[in-house]
Amino acid sequence: MTESATAHDQSPVPASIDASTMRQMYAKMHLIRTFEERAAEQYMRGNIGGFLHLAIGEEAAVVGAVAALRPTDPITSTYREHGQALARGSDPNAVMAELFGRTTGLCNGRGGSMHLMDREHAFYGGYGIVGGSIPLAVGLGFAINYRHEDGVVMVMFGDGATNQGVLSESMNMAKLWHLPVIFFCLNNQYGMGTSITRAASDTELFTRAQAFDMPSRRIDGMDVMAVYSAVNDAAEYARTAHEPSMIEALAYRYRGHSMSDPDNTRPEEEKARWRARDPLITFERVVLGDAIATPEELEQLRAANVTRIDEAVSFAEGSPQVPISALADNVYTHPWNTNPRGGAVMPGADQ
Amino acid sequence: MEHQPARWSGHAGCRSVSTSTPTSVSYREALTQAMREELQRDANVFLMGEDIGLFEGSFKVTRGLLTEFGPTRIVDTPISEAGFVGLGIGAAMSGLRPVIELMTVNFSIVAMDQIVNNAAKVRYMFGGQVSVPMVIRMPGGAGHQLGAQHSHSLEAWFTHIPGLKVVCPSTPYDAKALLKTAIRDDDPVIFLESEGLYAKKGPVGGAEDLIPFGQGIIRREGTHCTIVAVSRMVWIALAAADILANEGISCEVIDPRTTRPLDLGMIATSVRRTNHCVVVDEGWPECGLAANVAAHVYEACFDWLDAPIGRVNAADVPMPYAHDLEQAALPRADDVAQAVRATLARRER
Repeated sequence: MTESATAHDQSPVPASIDASTMRQMYAKMHLIRTFEERAAEQYMRGNIGGFLHLAIGEEAAVVGAVAALRPTDPITSTYREHGQALARGSDPNAVMAELFGRTTGLCNGRGGSMHLMDREHAFYGGYGIVGGSIPLAVGLGFAINYRHEDGVVMVMFGDGATNQGVLSESMNMAKLWHLPVIFFCLNNQYGMGTSITRAASDTELFTRAQAFDMPSRRIDGMDVMAVYSAVNDAAEYARTAHEPSMIEALAYRYRGHSMSDPDNTRPEEEKARWRARDPLITFERVVLGDAIATPEELEQLRAANVTRIDEAVSFAEGSPQVPISALADNVYTHPWNTNPRGGAVMPGADQ
Repeated sequence: MEHQPARWSGHAGCRSVSTSTPTSVSYREALTQAMREELQRDANVFLMGEDIGLFEGSFKVTRGLLTEFGPTRIVDTPISEAGFVGLGIGAAMSGLRPVIELMTVNFSIVAMDQIVNNAAKVRYMFGGQVSVPMVIRMPGGAGHQLGAQHSHSLEAWFTHIPGLKVVCPSTPYDAKALLKTAIRDDDPVIFLESEGLYAKKGPVGGAEDLIPFGQGIIRREGTHCTIVAVSRMVWIALAAADILANEGISCEVIDPRTTRPLDLGMIATSVRRTNHCVVVDEGWPECGLAANVAAHVYEACFDWLDAPIGRVNAADVPMPYAHDLEQAALPRADDVAQAVRATLARRER
């Protein structure tokens, strides 16, 4: 990745963003950072199982993108999606409880960290297969057109997904059928441990859209204002022109791929360079510089977030485990057999 | 759900049908009728697939539907099976009722990630927040010299997956009624048609004649051996029963119609009476549909069985092109008859 690629080479002129939105975006970014750090701690204590993928460093891309949409616009994401749920307004208690695998979790303990969904907030889920959710989002866009609604779908995926064939299939159909879909590539520059420079023949990932005659641009994913502006434009374009578009937000995750990744292959110099552009610190400067909030107000806000996440951890710890008797719930909408040991079989043979 | 021990479920079985009656339609037309009626009944139903509109379907199952319903509801797609199956799942999650046609079952393999990881699982892994009321129709089977890559019978693959329902109709009546049930079902349904049955004629039901999933049917009554088969293999089983009748062997042929859920109650009731069982399966033998049905029957009927359960499968090879080789690789009536004879002979040992 060349230095020039980290510049705002295609960033739009920022739309005017009101003070209240800026304060909310800062609050969400800090909430997500706090949540992720506490989740890591709870993982180390053994309270969270499976894989845990943290989005620390990516808060600007997540929050800016989500904030620019209407709350009813459907979003899908990858398995690194705690932030999307929180940005969308999911209850941190329910998100943490899901990570703990409890009944009070967003998905009643059936999904875990990688499979959060909050339909009430039009968050259509985190998916564990790279690229797998992209055609689903196109289907949500198809449904919007089918019903003559004015919603916009945003599908968030990583740089790794741009090398999955299903992205090309999905972009082609979205453009062919004029679907209101924003293809939002959060390019954190690594597919697990493999640098994009070792995985993509052209590391300017936004150019993938050009093959489908779809407008696209690369923006600075560490700058929440730039992200907000770009998604705001793309949403407007989707709503008025009924066309898809692609945004590539260049960002960096501070942690390894998941908690089990010791992160010893990425260059220390590279990590330090990106950490120097920390989205929370840079945005705090903007918020203070523009007198959007005082240092005291930000301090209060941060303290409130810490308290909020403390509460979420307590809530998750105190929540009941999922009863084993509920093992087979929701395999089907109308189950014919609640016995998970022989779910394929009709009763009638046991008499 | 209680299964009906009665046989014909209020409609004609496939053997009593005169193909010359005016009400007799092809399996293909039965499917078309089902889709036309459901498209008329529910504005949320739409069809999507390769060459289903202007070209009217590779097997002409969607003939006339583009003209009648227009391109918004009859959608021709690019050759992107994973893409448009995934699109259907997303549309279904938001409440539409897509009926996706895969040109053949062979192309479902390209879309398998979407089917297994998304269609079958999103309801469960998201705690019941969404359903996927989608049908994926696809013809399968061999017998037309289409070679190794176009001759699959993947009933076992789909039946393996919790979250899916799997339908394998053998007659025009069942094709129509089961497809209507599938379209109205709130969960993803894999609807496996048989290329070899599209021209088969028989009576069909009306707009509200549905067949619930998990309800098999006795296609022929008998006393010596139970033969279990679905889809085109039902007809092979019936032909074998004819052969054996001449030898004084009476076979009961059971068509479970859906392999998930499976009407084990009907099968077990029969086997406990005949004490012998042969399962016919157009797919491969290892971890196959026949193996699965046999395992269930062993568990349910071990004390009633007088001999090991016989299995008749496709040969354990990729499907060859050469005509005679292909025929030799597929279950034939003679193979089924021989399996029944062998099973019955074991009793006398």
